[in-house]
Amino acid sequence: MSRSLKKGPYINLKLEKKVFAMNEAGKKSVIKTWARASMISPDFVGHTIAVHNGNKFIPVYVTENMVGHKLGEFSPTRTFRGHSGNRK
Amino acid sequence: MAIRIVGVDLPQNKRGEVGLTYIYGIGRNSSKQILNEAGVDLDTKVKDWTDDQAAKIREIIGAKFKVEGDLRSEVQLNIKRLMDIGCYRGVRHRLGLPLRGQSTKNNARTRKGKKKTVANKKKATK
Repeated sequence: MSRSLKKGPYINLKLEKKVFAMNEAGKKSVIKTWARASMISPDFVGHTIAVHNGNKFIPVYVTENMVGHKLGEFSPTRTFRGHSGNRK
Repeated sequence: MAIRIVGVDLPQNKRGEVGLTYIYGIGRNSSKQILNEAGVDLDTKVKDWTDDQAAKIREIIGAKFKVEGDLRSEVQLNIKRLMDIGCYRGVRHRLGLPLRGQSTKNNARTRKGKKKTVANKKKATK
């Protein structure tokens, strides 16, 4: 089921604050975050956010197309190295 | 004389409501909407439509619905967007696996296609 419109999108507050601070200061640095469930808001565009995947942080460069998706979608949590018989 | 609408031949002997659904992008629901708006009875067979009615239907579809080629390309564009931004759903599209968290241990054949048998696949040993 989709989220109630009444609530608006979920954007992690701490993360948002950091992005706003960076926008105001006009600088760019990588932000580490665990907030995989946080929606990407239009303010994030152009920043690089390191999203935790349970093991390490995957840097995600946010582009315009990504707005409305969640951060976790860009930081895969599983590694699949192919099946045993699949060599070559 | 077959009735063509947006490049699709409609089946002659079906009720109008069903006949319209042969167009990609039109299902029973929008079919009903179209016919009601055009003032054509839902039960009229496609071959019994008058030219005026057919023209009216064409006009309504042209104005309000995205069908056939346009719709297909839109869908493809949406998929392409997902693949380009590298999100989870895009990756699953690339791999040809289901996108919505379904199990892929067995089944999932719609996405995975016909079974490829693996020779000497090891049975799980105790």
